[in-house]
Amino acid sequence: MFRLIEDAGTDTVTVCIEDREYDVPAGISVAAAVLLCGVSKVRNTPVSGSPRLPYCMMGICFDCLMSIDGVPNQQACQVEVAQNMTIEYQQGAAELQQQG
Amino acid sequence: MEYDFIVVGGGLVGSSIAYGLARQNYKVAVLDGGDRSFRASRGNFGLVWVQGKGADFAPYAQWTGQAAGLWPELVAELANKTGLGIDYQRSGGMHFCLDEAEWDERVQEMEQVREHTNGSFEYEMLNHAQLKKQIPQISSAVLGASYSPQDGHVNPLYLLQSLQQGMDYHQVDYFPGQAIDRIEAKQGGFFAHSTQGILSAEKIAICAGLNNRRLGEMLGMDIPVVVDRGQIMITERLQPFLNFPTLHVRQTAEGTVQIGYSHEDVGLDDGSSPSVLKKLASRAVSMFPLLARVGLVRAWGALRVMTPDHNPIYQQSANCPGAFTVTCHSGVTLAAMHAGPVAGWIAGNCELDLINHFSADRFDVSTD
Repeated sequence: MFRLIEDAGTDTVTVCIEDREYDVPAGISVAAAVLLCGVSKVRNTPVSGSPRLPYCMMGICFDCLMSIDGVPNQQACQVEVAQNMTIEYQQGAAELQQQG
Repeated sequence: MEYDFIVVGGGLVGSSIAYGLARQNYKVAVLDGGDRSFRASRGNFGLVWVQGKGADFAPYAQWTGQAAGLWPELVAELANKTGLGIDYQRSGGMHFCLDEAEWDERVQEMEQVREHTNGSFEYEMLNHAQLKKQIPQISSAVLGASYSPQDGHVNPLYLLQSLQQGMDYHQVDYFPGQAIDRIEAKQGGFFAHSTQGILSAEKIAICAGLNNRRLGEMLGMDIPVVVDRGQIMITERLQPFLNFPTLHVRQTAEGTVQIGYSHEDVGLDDGSSPSVLKKLASRAVSMFPLLARVGLVRAWGALRVMTPDHNPIYQQSANCPGAFTVTCHSGVTLAAMHAGPVAGWIAGNCELDLINHFSADRFDVSTD
């Protein structure tokens, strides 16, 4: 559904989205990257479990929450892609992590 | 007169009273403020809290205990009329003690409340091992906790929505965005001059929080109101780990964790400040180390409506009989009391033995 604009640049980074590797343009947000790669959801909501995709793309709606490099509930539209980044769907509420 | 009652204020207190009056088939108008008003009902923590309240004032201990006992009935009734759930749980509540001094002080307060209520207030002191059984994530630095099965919590925004839909169900006329210029007592009734124009009623109830002092004066009542700012922050949604609300930390039904319980005297400023939020966060992490790695999504300040002795004021004007005021900080905990017995008292349909203890006359300096 989404495609790159023509002057998107040629630098790319490799990211891992749900165990699959993709080359995406350097400098874009994780939310833009997952939309470009054609995922059908980024998370399931904690209350009803309904699937969600990024919506506002500017940090307001909190609909694009994902687990990024193991940190849950990150706003994917506010994080820039990086080489070898691990990006996973956010399934419901965050797991509790004991301090360590 | 157009109405039996005008209720000034559409927060939790005004909505509870208006709902309670309309439920008795009175014709009621509510004059609410606007989005720029200070609205404690939209910023509070959501506790239905009994333990510790009234340790130094027996009538308040009894009043609070009765109010919490009336809650399940109100919840069922509102659900029946509105179809809304409000995430009410009477799970019991905890208050953590971090050291011996806090523990000793807590025991004394709990015991006082128990005596004040002739034993109807129930509590237990839990040592660390007992506490850890209930809340495995508790820090080893927490010495213990006071626990009362009579405490609970609720989503305060859903409660407000539900009361307002309950008002609608009973055909209350609700006027938002109102500023009150003056209130006149004449022709055996009351005339409220507001943005809406002039509304008249047989009786009037002033439930306008921080505005109660100004509005009370118009009706010959001297209502001392003290502003007390509290700040709250909200975490990302987490898997359930805390089944008991506490004064500082509570996990909502949706999974967010609310962190609060600051007190500041900063006048009419409902902002938030990093220094206070830092203290709140640090205390919360000292109770629950796992919160150190959790993300925050929001923070805000809200102004508590306090009185000089922190106990509520229920008052009928001596100069203008038929004019009432309710001034209190515990609009959530006391909601069922306000919708039931207090609305009955304002309507003149029931006597409440305890209510005379809450007159504002207690603040008058004796001139004898």
